[in-house]
Amino acid sequence: MNLMLQQFPVVFQALNVGFLQTLKLFLVTGLGAIPLGLVIAFGSMSRFKPLSALTRLVIWVVRGTPLMIQLLIIYYFPGIELHNNWWGGGESGRFLASSIAFIFNYACYFSEIYRGGIQSIPKGQQEAGLVLGMTRGQIFYKVTLLQVIKRIVPPMSNEIITLVKDTALARIIALQEIIWAGQSFMRGSHGISGAIWPLFFTAVYYLLFNGVVTLALGQLEKRLDYFR
Amino acid sequence: MAILDVKDIRKRFGSTEVLKGISFSLERGQVLSLIGSSGSGKTTLLRCLNFLETPDTGSVAVNGEVIFDAAEHAALKEAEIRRRRLHFGLVFQSFNLFPQYTALENVTLAGRLLMKEEPDYRTRKKELTAQLEERARALLVRMGLADRMENYPHQLSGGQQQRVAIARAMALQPDILCFDEPTSALDPELTHEVLRVLRSLAEEHTTMIIVTHEMAFARDVSSRVIFMDDGQVVEDGPPEQVLGAPVQERTRRFLESYRQ
Ligand SMILES: Nc1ncnc2c1ncn2[C@@H]1O[C@H](COP(=O)(O)OP(=O)(O)OP(=O)(O)O)[C@@H](O)[C@H]1O
Ligand SMILES: [Mg+2]
Repeated sequence: MNLMLQQFPVVFQALNVGFLQTLKLFLVTGLGAIPLGLVIAFGSMSRFKPLSALTRLVIWVVRGTPLMIQLLIIYYFPGIELHNNWWGGGESGRFLASSIAFIFNYACYFSEIYRGGIQSIPKGQQEAGLVLGMTRGQIFYKVTLLQVIKRIVPPMSNEIITLVKDTALARIIALQEIIWAGQSFMRGSHGISGAIWPLFFTAVYYLLFNGVVTLALGQLEKRLDYFR
Repeated sequence: MAILDVKDIRKRFGSTEVLKGISFSLERGQVLSLIGSSGSGKTTLLRCLNFLETPDTGSVAVNGEVIFDAAEHAALKEAEIRRRRLHFGLVFQSFNLFPQYTALENVTLAGRLLMKEEPDYRTRKKELTAQLEERARALLVRMGLADRMENYPHQLSGGQQQRVAIARAMALQPDILCFDEPTSALDPELTHEVLRVLRSLAEEHTTMIIVTHEMAFARDVSSRVIFMDDGQVVEDGPPEQVLGAPVQERTRRFLESYRQ
């Protein structure tokens, strides 16, 4: 117990650094996947059959395989198979590769939620807009969009909470996120070795982070409560 | 001159022809009730007039201006179609109000968007908006909704929602107002408040086409009744004739089914 207290300041510092990387990956994935998901959703709903078929195939593959494998392929494939490791060796290369894998993977999940949301809006809404002389763009932005957002907030919240925890998968390509930071004290780091409690302690970060995310999304859900 | 002239409208879905050559015309201020059994094509006809469906053949003219001609329609630009469809207003059976907007906003939304296309929009924005709001408020007052303007659709009864929908359709001042069974989603008590509104519009000589199953209402409010069957106009005349002393056997049989 005493030893833990002595180690705490050093561990805390290191875990914070790791958590920063976790947070960065989370934010970049969210900022990238939320709009990219919309593009993919429109692709999968396209009336141009080859495009929608291709998009759905890609979604099926991405959702049907583990994100961990996608990470490994994206990070190692260029170096090993193409003999050209365009990611570079360092932490920034690992972060870039992780971001791309996460954004693409999550965009595919989000796109299915968007598609469900868009298709769940009754056709009468669009027809009411049309007979009032609105353009299709006006109908989407002024009529449909907010109704879609209201419907997708709950399923999106689930995905976003999963994303918080999924960021840990980037450990597999040695991204120095919080799990990596916690584990380093087992091997030895900052003069501490053989300590497993820092790894367990990372769970507290995830819990707190998810608590904040859950509160924020709950708030958004409340803001949209004024209509049905 | 007739306000509306519909000529030989045909519409097929796949292999079934739903409208088999509909022709009729309407004078300004007339109220036309469209009756007919389920599946006879009444909704499809209204949807064709409002450009929600594109007829395969035929033409529609409003005040002598051809607004639809099956032969040239495909070549029209979207903006032109939007302009032309505003000759008609449509009130749906299921209201289709926009849930995220208040009653007043539902009525003003389309006008606000159209306003942006005015050439002097920037300089006159305030003035135009005020006019729009004032007209919308006046309409809602006429609908008996003076104290409901700031309510969202889910806070309104079905009858109130339908009256908002009527105000919304009237806000753009269409030449002809169409109603597709405006009361069939309503309880009997609420039906009556919507019919009262329609009656007052008729008294003010609003040109209307009303698809309805309310025979008593059709009889004393409309100036014309068309009975449709199997995609065709079977009988067309004043209500006393079509509902009171029908010439056609099919009309008689249809009305029989209502007496039971
Ligand atoms: N989009 C569509 N695709 C295929 N068939 C359709 C479509 N819309 C309507 N129909 C068919 O056209 C026929 C006429 O339908 P319509 O809705 O116009 O009838 P209606 O007279 O309004 O009937 P109701 O009194 O039940 O409302 C029906 O047989 C219907 O199944
Ligand atoms: Mg119908």
